[in-house]
Amino acid sequence: MDEPLMVQARGLRKTFMVGRQPVEAVRNVSLDVPAGGLLALLGPNGAGKSTTMRMLTTLLPPTAGSVHVAGIDAVAEPALARRQIGYVGQKHAAGENYRIRDELITQARLFGLSKAVARERADEALEMLGIASLGKRAPGTLSGGQRRRVDIAFGLVHRPRVLFLDEPTTGLDPHSRAGVWEQIERLRREHDMTVLLTTHYLDEVERAAGQIVIVDAGEVVAQGSAAELRGRVPGAASLDDVFIALTGRRLQATGEAYSHA
Amino acid sequence: MRKFLRDVGTVFAREIRPELRSPIGLLFAMIQPVLFLVLFGPMLSGADLTEASSSWSWFVPGILVMMCLFGPLGAGHSLMVELSGGQMERFLATPVNRAALVVGRTAKDLVTLLLQAVLIMAVAVPLGLDLHLPGAVAALALLAVLGVGLSGFSYLLAIAALPSGNLFWIVTQVFVFPIILLSGVLLPIEAGPGWLQTISTVNPGRYIVDAARVLFGGELLTAEVAQGLFAAALLAAGGLWLATRAMRRGV
Ligand SMILES: Nc1ncnc2c1ncn2[C@@H]1O[C@H](COP(=O)(O)OP(=O)(O)OP(=O)(O)O)[C@@H](O)[C@H]1O
Ligand SMILES: [Mg+2]
Repeated sequence: MDEPLMVQARGLRKTFMVGRQPVEAVRNVSLDVPAGGLLALLGPNGAGKSTTMRMLTTLLPPTAGSVHVAGIDAVAEPALARRQIGYVGQKHAAGENYRIRDELITQARLFGLSKAVARERADEALEMLGIASLGKRAPGTLSGGQRRRVDIAFGLVHRPRVLFLDEPTTGLDPHSRAGVWEQIERLRREHDMTVLLTTHYLDEVERAAGQIVIVDAGEVVAQGSAAELRGRVPGAASLDDVFIALTGRRLQATGEAYSHA
Repeated sequence: MRKFLRDVGTVFAREIRPELRSPIGLLFAMIQPVLFLVLFGPMLSGADLTEASSSWSWFVPGILVMMCLFGPLGAGHSLMVELSGGQMERFLATPVNRAALVVGRTAKDLVTLLLQAVLIMAVAVPLGLDLHLPGAVAALALLAVLGVGLSGFSYLLAIAALPSGNLFWIVTQVFVFPIILLSGVLLPIEAGPGWLQTISTVNPGRYIVDAARVLFGGELLTAEVAQGLFAAALLAAGGLWLATRAMRRGV
């Protein structure tokens, strides 16, 4: 019961100012991920998933709330926390004018690895994601799915203790999606990596058997395992049904508020 | 400090590698200054507008300063692209020193600028430039300080201009022309009316161009040189400091 927590967030809030208008992207998100665990953040578009991920990875200072990563206060000591994490954002990570392998080596070097080790890790990461033959290419010459796999390589090239993935499988074909999940499972198994990710594909979350946190309009509306969540909504056959039941009404409400604005 | 230098090295190596792989971009950026040298310079020597012994040692320093306004001041464009893409976010999630992200890029801009400046001088000598080596080297040093400042400001602009990028284009495409003209790059300010000369006194570019001209003329220790160096150093310190601060605040 006393598992050490690798990621702990309490009462996270983020309010952006757009001109003079405050936009409450995240209102109240708390979550725990035990060491070696897997947590999936689910929610409709605009729910605040990416904003939450960016606060957890020190990219955005929270308006309120606390984040601890590997026991480090990530708000007070962002530089220390960054050493523990790998982050794969929603956008592409490889620079347009650079070769992929060079970019991966740069990434590993920024985490303090020597040139020799950085090269080794870059090749390993490319190998692991099945894109070893693409190392000399510039990202502009890759397919969407290949690019996404390159993005993921940036998150794990330095073998972080915690890996944050923002929609890692969006845009991948079923085969590549399965491949990415295989690698996530392998990282957890072989390197005891803790994984926190967002996704819109509920079937893959169901299979991965981690903790699920459903957010909507910046707030946690439910959390638990897939089975627990299904138990919450009577008659729900799949996680899809749970998702729609828990976020549907609110989704409509947000839409109305938007159309009146 | 060691980590800072190491990160600067890593960022610099990343930025310089594509340039080395295809130096064509580096040469491409030289087309404009070379055209000014070949198609505009000879007209000046004919018009005999300047006090300088040779119109070339008057004209070439101005062109070199102008190169800084197109090269280093435009350098922020690549940062802007990487800020709106996911690349900068990727970097900011690593432990990389924030100042190193700016300094490493600036160092690369500096190397390309100096390389281009040397090439421009090499082109100007056969055209008639009388090269005083100590003066030319000192002018390169002045140019380097200016380049660092302008590239710092360019990164600051890139960060400040997001998400639309408009501010960046306004400054780098519109604002630079009055600065160039009021630095007396193409024609001597002294030939202009009083009001123009008055405006030009608040333009740091003017002092830097004047200093570079004195240096190219073969003099080293004059008040103009000190003024120009002071203006360039002020720009460099301000540019680096502000850009680093902006990067630290997160983007
Ligand atoms: N930099 C910003 N400035 C202003 N508003 C923002 C900013 N970033 C996000 N938002 C707003 O915050 C809300 C949450 O955005 P976020 O990107 O976190 O959603 P998401 O759950 O990741 O959505 P998606 O599934 O589409 O990726 C949205 O309403 C968005 O418009
Ligand atoms: Mg998102």
